[in-house]
Amino acid sequence: MSPEGPHRALAGSIQKRLSPGFALDVQVSAPAGITIVFGESGSGKTTLLRCLAGLDRPDAGRIVVGERVLFDSPSGCNVSARDRGVGFVFQQLALFPHLSVRDNIRYGLHRLSPEVRAERTRAVAESFRIDHLLDRKPSAVSGGERQRTALARALVTDPDLLLLDEPLSALDHATQSRIMADLRAWNTAHAIPILYVTHAHREVFALGERVMVLDAGRVLAEGTTHDVMEAPAHEPLAQLAGFENFFDGAVVARRPDAGTMQCRLAQAGIPLEVPLSHATEGEAVRIAIRAGDILLANQEPRGLSARNILRGRVRSLTREGPTVRADVDAGAAFAVHLTPGACESLRLEEADEVWLIIKTHSCRLVEPSGALS
Amino acid sequence: MDYSAILLSVKLAAVVAAILLGVGLPIAYWLTFSRWRWKFLAEAVVALPLVLPPTVLGFYVLVAIGARSPVGRLWTSWTGHGLAFTFEGLVIASVLYSLPFAVQPIAAAFSQVDASLIEASSTLGASERRTFFRIILPLSLEGVIAGAVLAFAHTIGEFGVVLMVGGNLPGATRTVSIAIYDSVQALDYAAANRTALLLLAFSFVVLALVYGLRRKPLVAI
Repeated sequence: MSPEGPHRALAGSIQKRLSPGFALDVQVSAPAGITIVFGESGSGKTTLLRCLAGLDRPDAGRIVVGERVLFDSPSGCNVSARDRGVGFVFQQLALFPHLSVRDNIRYGLHRLSPEVRAERTRAVAESFRIDHLLDRKPSAVSGGERQRTALARALVTDPDLLLLDEPLSALDHATQSRIMADLRAWNTAHAIPILYVTHAHREVFALGERVMVLDAGRVLAEGTTHDVMEAPAHEPLAQLAGFENFFDGAVVARRPDAGTMQCRLAQAGIPLEVPLSHATEGEAVRIAIRAGDILLANQEPRGLSARNILRGRVRSLTREGPTVRADVDAGAAFAVHLTPGACESLRLEEADEVWLIIKTHSCRLVEPSGALS
Repeated sequence: MDYSAILLSVKLAAVVAAILLGVGLPIAYWLTFSRWRWKFLAEAVVALPLVLPPTVLGFYVLVAIGARSPVGRLWTSWTGHGLAFTFEGLVIASVLYSLPFAVQPIAAAFSQVDASLIEASSTLGASERRTFFRIILPLSLEGVIAGAVLAFAHTIGEFGVVLMVGGNLPGATRTVSIAIYDSVQALDYAAANRTALLLLAFSFVVLALVYGLRRKPLVAI
């Protein structure tokens, strides 16, 4: 079987109404390998996983792993959680507190002979580096070791699909990436689809080859992490891709020949030239700008190609790791990132007068959060 | 001291506690995990003995197992004698009377088990039965023991139901509490005092054991 083959790929569509105002309605597909499911809390991530695992029943839809149909509402097929062959690692891990690490791991192997159980327990414990802890209770091992135990317990049953519900969010980055490296190593041999749910931006870039972005119960985008982050069309995606500035505005004039539109921000009527879109004159738009895409000048610039030059005043300067964040009031509040060196050579101080320089194509039109596309 | 009464009470309580353990576990399981919308009616029925006067319960049990009732006739055709005013009749009445004392602590313990442990068990391929015996029961052991002990102690202490259903037959239905009542009626306060003191001491020791043996709660990690 090739790791990229369709052997154990997940394909499904799930509809489930959770409350009068909120429904999960997604198409989900995942090849072998790690797919990050990203979304803010309340976006439906956990419900999606629970439906896939058979812990919640979708109102309608179809779930197929490899050739095997796990759920199909037209035919009434609904394989129970215990027969799905889907591994689930809970956010709180749900290790059995009264059983040793060994008994936790081999819990799912009760249908096998004692020799096979012992061998598989030993092998998976070795892969996840917990073979020295097998006789301890979960309460007597470290947080990282508990996560490894939960992973080993789910994977020892040789599932066709693994679902991880933010199990590593509580760990420090180094521990997290070591555990993920071991999970990747395990999966090069087994090649199953792994869905990893998170609401942490950092994990999207650190862990995944593929990402699926959920917002308000719908899939906003999916694909490789690079593709999804390159051209964010929705505000949650833009936030994920590192956009810090979001403004409400309205189209004042369209210039199709120039490929631009003149907009006016709702705050203080600031004029801003943005790339042409389908929006008509007078239509409300949402504009996103990366803090790192805005230039700062300490005197009014002349002879620049950039179309948007706004005068403002520095409200505050904050050191954020390797960058300095300047909050500038230019009628509306803008966040601007610059290097400490640039900050020094500009002799930037709070309350200084500055000019913001924004290229037309640094302004992105996005759909606001929760909007249906 | 009426040793046969003491022995009878202990025997009755042991039999009742054993039966209630067998009956109480499935009832408590159903009450905890069923999603039936009328479940609250069943909960109310189970709790009835807590509020009913023992005479009311005893009266209905007496009618239900009497010689003219279907249960009484069936029993007579099996054994050749009636149920009322026998040890077996007392067991039936006591099981009903002590039911909530066994079911409620067990159900409370079941509902304390973290739902994600039960879900984890099912995603690991375990049947409901395996999940019950490997996860739910071990994590609820304290509540199960408390239920059995309370059923035992409550049966030792019952009076009204025994009087209604069992009467006062030495060796068959005269329990400790009836014996004490008899002694007081006969103005034999010394005998009443000895038996009462024994019952008091026994109850205290049992409850002290239950609380003393209680282990540290197992917290889900």
